[in-house]
Amino acid sequence: MIRPYGDTMNDGKMQFSFTLPLPAGARGMACAKALLAQMGVADPQVVHCEAMGEGFSLYVCYGVVPQGIDPDTITVSEVETTALSQEDIEQLIETRLGREIVIIGASTGTDAHTVGIDAIMNMKGYAGHYGLERYKGIRAYNLGSQVPNEAFIRTAIEKKAEVLLVSQTVTQKDVHLHNLVELVELLEAEGLRDKVVLICGGARISHELAKELGYDAGFGPGKYASDVAAFAVQELIRRGKG
Amino acid sequence: MNKLNLDKQLIQECRALADTIAKQVHEHSLERTTVTVERAVLRLCGVDGVDAFGVPLPNLMVDSLQKAGVLNRGASVYLASALYATGLDVPGFCAAFAREEVSLLGHPLLNHEQTLAALKPILDANFEKIRAHRAHREELLKKLGENDTQIYVIVATGNIYEDAVQAQAAARAGADIIAVIRSTGQSLLDYVPFGATTEGFGGTMATQENFRIMRKALNEVGKELGRYIKLVNYCSGLCMPEIAAMGALEGLDMMLNDSMYGIIFRDINMERTFIDQHFSRSINAKAGIIINTGEDNYLTTADAVEQAHTVLASQFINERFAFLAGLPEEQMGLGHAFEIDPMVEDGFLLEIAQAQMAREIFPKAPLKYMPPTKHSTGNIFQTQAQDTLFNAAAMMTGQSIHLLGMMTEAIHTPFLSDRHLAITNAAMVRATMRSIHEEIQFTPGGKVQARAKDVLQNAHNLLEQIAQMGLFVALEQGIFADVKRPFALGKGREGVVEKHPDYINAALLRLEEAHHD
Repeated sequence: MIRPYGDTMNDGKMQFSFTLPLPAGARGMACAKALLAQMGVADPQVVHCEAMGEGFSLYVCYGVVPQGIDPDTITVSEVETTALSQEDIEQLIETRLGREIVIIGASTGTDAHTVGIDAIMNMKGYAGHYGLERYKGIRAYNLGSQVPNEAFIRTAIEKKAEVLLVSQTVTQKDVHLHNLVELVELLEAEGLRDKVVLICGGARISHELAKELGYDAGFGPGKYASDVAAFAVQELIRRGKG
Repeated sequence: MNKLNLDKQLIQECRALADTIAKQVHEHSLERTTVTVERAVLRLCGVDGVDAFGVPLPNLMVDSLQKAGVLNRGASVYLASALYATGLDVPGFCAAFAREEVSLLGHPLLNHEQTLAALKPILDANFEKIRAHRAHREELLKKLGENDTQIYVIVATGNIYEDAVQAQAAARAGADIIAVIRSTGQSLLDYVPFGATTEGFGGTMATQENFRIMRKALNEVGKELGRYIKLVNYCSGLCMPEIAAMGALEGLDMMLNDSMYGIIFRDINMERTFIDQHFSRSINAKAGIIINTGEDNYLTTADAVEQAHTVLASQFINERFAFLAGLPEEQMGLGHAFEIDPMVEDGFLLEIAQAQMAREIFPKAPLKYMPPTKHSTGNIFQTQAQDTLFNAAAMMTGQSIHLLGMMTEAIHTPFLSDRHLAITNAAMVRATMRSIHEEIQFTPGGKVQARAKDVLQNAHNLLEQIAQMGLFVALEQGIFADVKRPFALGKGREGVVEKHPDYINAALLRLEEAHHD
């Protein structure tokens, strides 16, 4: 059983920060404290209360979480492929697939942010991890942002893409989920869903969520081109596309 | 100011090259008009409202002209002729048009002089509203003063009434400038939605009514605080001139207004958007609205160290386009950004070099300085630290429009508290580093000077290259932001029309006359 770690094993210390629609003051602080108590936090302390314009206040609080977690009882959905280096992946493509694979990617729907798809696809890559454009054996097309799902599928057919990458960065009111589901539905309607490896990524995407939405894999923060390529290539091999 | 010991001759040459580049495009644009240019003309004549299906009247009118194949003469002559023939005033004509009782077509056409004479009183009445907003702003700024480095934050709830609450809270916390981020995808709509809106994704619809609601909210809070709070919106995308017209009529202070951004990041057809940009900038010039250009965005896709010169080259080009539309330097919020990977050794020095260079090359321009976004992760604590460095760079180099970074960049549109913490951070840096800009000198031949020299030289080389091939080809080749855009593709191209020899844009003619008044 583990609990959050402050400075002593299992002391259960957690920090909180939130806004209340109340002026800063004694009532606001008492409310913040009561709220934490209601959440089951023991010994809640309001260490900071600050006015934010008229009728709003910011709180920083600490408290002790009495609950604990047994890590062994938690199931995690992670992409089940071996992590590979760029060289390993290139070699795998050459020896097991023996041809160039076409990957297209885009930030689809109304999302105007390309930072995610650029990090995975562009030559330069991100944080020292080169992007797919630099991989031998991969022909990568980055279609950029605000690509409608229909246009994305059209390009996939035109370029004979085997792997489709969809990025969703900024979201509000879950618009990204509707868009991701729509793509799956359109691919199914075209009879293409099983013919491609379909992958989504983004700040709020997890592998678990991706599977739920009907994708083959999902990549969240801290994943690079090699993670995506390793999965895509091993999945193609698994499907006997060599 | 010449702390960087920049080569003045080279800067002059850059301006001359940019002039050649901008004029080539401008000459191409002068021979053409677009659907949104004509809709903007109608709006400046007071055409407003929607039909029973919610379609804006300016769209219905311009579509009817395009369908009849006569848009190449411009909407001015058709509106003037229709008003003359029906004897209606503009509101009366709009109401009858919405009921499908009258048309723009089928009336004897007035000649050039008659058209201008018929529309002059109508345009002048609306231009007077624009002039009054401008005078009001200038008077208040003179009386109340303004910060040299102004804190700019965004609101983006999707609901204009909620935005107004958040904007007022931000102003009370110390923001000088409030931008209402547009709903995602609005830039690709070939019409401007109508009325107050409470639904949007990642932002709030830009509508004339929303402009009015936000202007009123900022005027109220400004009065309470004894400051003038500036309002920003987006005169970009497919409806640049229409939004310029609406913003001018409602007293906005700043407009994002950059075709290059639309071409590169929104895949808008280049021919279309340069035509739109010219008219929109002419309107912004008249209204005293500061434009914001989008060069900062290049560094979100291209590498901020390797591609810094593309930002400078584009600033030179944008400056020329702005001059051609009658915008003075004081209204050119040229964009640049703090986007170098924070793990690059001496990266902060490179940022300082670039920011100081922009400051020295465009001394009168209210430069728009954008915060780190590319290297912001979900680690809000780290992002807050990066934003503090950015705030310091803004103060050290005397930036004008200081767009604050949010600790929750890359997570969600800002919470009320995110904005508050960003503003208090910037206000702290501004106080503690108030005069640092005047105190700083750079080591002759040191890293900062060397970097600025390099970037300027590279920008010069790039401008030479673009002047030779032309800007259209440069955009096709992906010179900016590593993004390639074919001339004949992109959104909105079907809205471009070659002008007839008898083409009239009564609004633009009146604007140009007014420059010389």
